[in-house]
Amino acid sequence: MKTEFEPTILAFVCNWCTYTAADLAGTSRMVQQPNVRLVRMMCTGMVDPKYVVKALLSGADGVLISGCHPGDCHYINGNYKARRRVKLLNEILPQFGIELGRVKLTWVGASEGNEFAATVNNFINEIRELGPMQARAMAAV
Amino acid sequence: MSNRIGVYVCHCGTNIAGKVDCADVAEFAAGLRDVAVSRDYQFMCSDPGQDMIINDIREYGLNRVVVASCSPRLHEKTFQKACQRAGLNPYLMQHCCIREHCSWVTADKEEATAKAKHIVEAAVYRVGDHQELFSREVDVLPDVMVVGAGIAGIQAALDVARSGHKVHLVEKSPSIGGHMAQFDKTFPTLDCAACISTPKMVAVSQEPNINLMTWSEVVDVSGFVGNYTVTVRRKARYVNEDVCTGCGTCLEKCPTKVFSEFEEGLSRRRAIYRNSPQAVPNTPVIDADHCKMLTKGKCGVCQKLCPTGAIDFEARDRVEVFHVGSVVLATGYDTMDPTPMTEYGFGRFDNVYTALQFERLNNAVGPTGGQIVLKNGESPESVGIIHCVGSRDVNYHEYCSRTCCMYALKYDHLIKDKVGHHVKVYNFYIDMRCFGKGYEEFYRRVQDEGVTFIRGRPAEVVQENGKLVVVGEDTLLGMRVRVPVDMVVLCTAMEPRPDAQDVARVFGVAQGQDGFFLEEHPKLGPVSTATDGVFLAGTCQGPKDIPDAVSHASGGAAQALALAARGHVDISPTTSWINPDVCIGCKVCIGLCAYSAIEFDERRNVSVINEAMCKGCGSCAGYCPSGAAQIKHFDESQVFNEIDGLLGFRPEGPAEAVEIPIEVRADEPA
Ligand SMILES: Cc1cc2nc3c(=O)[nH]c(=O)nc-3n(C[C@H](O)[C@H](O)[C@H](O)COP(=O)(O)OP(=O)(O)OC[C@H]3O[C@@H](n4cnc5c(N)ncnc54)[C@H](O)[C@@H]3O)c2cc1C
Repeated sequence: MKTEFEPTILAFVCNWCTYTAADLAGTSRMVQQPNVRLVRMMCTGMVDPKYVVKALLSGADGVLISGCHPGDCHYINGNYKARRRVKLLNEILPQFGIELGRVKLTWVGASEGNEFAATVNNFINEIRELGPMQARAMAAV
Repeated sequence: MSNRIGVYVCHCGTNIAGKVDCADVAEFAAGLRDVAVSRDYQFMCSDPGQDMIINDIREYGLNRVVVASCSPRLHEKTFQKACQRAGLNPYLMQHCCIREHCSWVTADKEEATAKAKHIVEAAVYRVGDHQELFSREVDVLPDVMVVGAGIAGIQAALDVARSGHKVHLVEKSPSIGGHMAQFDKTFPTLDCAACISTPKMVAVSQEPNINLMTWSEVVDVSGFVGNYTVTVRRKARYVNEDVCTGCGTCLEKCPTKVFSEFEEGLSRRRAIYRNSPQAVPNTPVIDADHCKMLTKGKCGVCQKLCPTGAIDFEARDRVEVFHVGSVVLATGYDTMDPTPMTEYGFGRFDNVYTALQFERLNNAVGPTGGQIVLKNGESPESVGIIHCVGSRDVNYHEYCSRTCCMYALKYDHLIKDKVGHHVKVYNFYIDMRCFGKGYEEFYRRVQDEGVTFIRGRPAEVVQENGKLVVVGEDTLLGMRVRVPVDMVVLCTAMEPRPDAQDVARVFGVAQGQDGFFLEEHPKLGPVSTATDGVFLAGTCQGPKDIPDAVSHASGGAAQALALAARGHVDISPTTSWINPDVCIGCKVCIGLCAYSAIEFDERRNVSVINEAMCKGCGSCAGYCPSGAAQIKHFDESQVFNEIDGLLGFRPEGPAEAVEIPIEVRADEPA
């Protein structure tokens, strides 16, 4: 049964680092599983927790947030804000029956095309392991 | 007016169409809500492609446009401008990427097409909520700052200065010229390095439009394109530049001697020193870490001897602030220290030199007065030159350093020329890369001079009976070789300066995988960076030889001048905005703003964004508990729509009827 499940992943990526890395992964033809869809944000600091919850409730099985490495933020410290926020979010999500592994925060720098492809592929595999999100089915009822 | 969206799916030749069924995607898009026209075309960015959008906007009265093609980082501006030409506000266009993030990275055709549909759907939903936005025009300050005064920084500074704009040139070391000042001859023309660089160095010091600051460093940069505020720390030189005549008396009597960085450790300098007699400026500097007066409070010989009283032990670091429109970064490179590659014996055996050391051995004012000699003072009878030391090597640097083959050939020639044609010179190379103008010809010439080329990276350098032996394999002959030589020169990799990370942080530029500063685009933006108004010049962007560094620098200067000459720049309107009707005055946003762009309006009891300072990072919007703070062009409804589209979530039920079906394919013109 589990092999039939193909997860859908939404990735909020910052314009300066991870989106650029995704471009580089593309230019370098680093094949990724097709399950991930990118939302370009200017900074991980603008990823409102609402967006994450909305994505999970609208059909995403996992949400990836990825920005510049700590210390490298194009906007000084937006990525630190994202880190703090994801931590808080992870405390709330289980209360909705959403497993912890479904929201992941990573840092992928502009030149790390290979790292981007690996991050995406690994995360898809992790979510495939987790299976479909049960909480959404409940929320929909 | 209801939305009328035009969707344009680009084939990008076969780059997209090879994986994504573009016609299918266009047809799918035609069925989406509010889509009035949907087309696919081979090259959307081409003239006919852009004209297609412009014509449709006029003919079908489109008020929204979606282009699905390459990454917006490449062509978003192209399509925004096309819309603008048709009279449509550029922010009513959404550019989405089905190439880098879809066709190029997806193995399966059906999956790629399905993914492309999601991406297009998201863009269609998103663009529906786009608002007209208007960029602000701000004045560009006329002055330019150039950081680093190697040959690249010198070129950039002269170019800008000669246009009539003022340049603040900041150099970290006591004098300008960078690595080029260390060389004696330069490939492929073999002209004397000093003869071509010193006139430029002098021109810099005499140019009234250049404010040259050596022994200085940029410690802080704030502001934005056109309006940067740069803080420069001018380190105490302890020698008053205005009074010193450069007579050099002080340099002779100083009792303290330390290894000279400029001489690559081959000789010693005093605690008061200058790099060379030709240094610009020729004012010496006192090395505070070693000067006995500054460390122990006794000595002061230089002060006693100085005929003009220029020595000032009381000098302190000073901080100066400059307001400039743009910055050109020209901080250059370093060469790799080969000590960790113990197999080559550097530091263990006498007569194993790095290339930069060898440059100093050649230099007429270097430690040997330009004689190529061994440590014992004798001339070598045989020399082994090892290419790619730390370059093209997965354990050190994967990239090619681009200059080593050529300077190795330069050494081949110089050895034959200076020491004698009987000297045996062996090049141990992996590939010879002589790609520049006149380079292949130079290679030929050196071959004709009787130099030996052995293909294969040597395994080690050993010492046997006092003689060095290069051990390796000739991969063309398929034979192991042991070549006894008197001297070994290691062509060490060019690498980023050790402080590149700090410099990158101060100027807000990114570093590539290899640590060099990252250009905006590898092909189309090799001079600009992701930070508007900060440009790159020379080897800080990646290994280059002098001709390439100089051209790159002129490119950087041209871009800085384009800004300065225009006098104004459009600032993106995608800043934050706080809706005063919704704001509850909690002030959370104020503490979050990294740019102090939010103020509290006590009278209305709401927070207000100062748009001139806001950079649109969205930290305020992400946290605002009432949803009053929003980033223009990334507001909640737009992001929500995008999420819906990506997930194929259609809360409002099936799509509305299509107004104009795709009866025309653009590639078969109507
Ligand atoms: C052994 C060797 C031999 C070579 N021979 C040749 C040759 O014959 N012909 C040829 O065409 N090319 C040659 N090259 C290449 C040549 O050295 C470079 O192309 C050229 O020097 C690059 O100039 P640049 O200005 O970019 O960098 P650099 O010469 O490195 O100059 C950078 C300058 O910036 C300053 N700086 C650094 N950081 C800061 C900071 N934070 N703030 C302020 N200032 C800073 C440095 O002090 C320096 O003055 C050779 C290279 C090597 C390694």
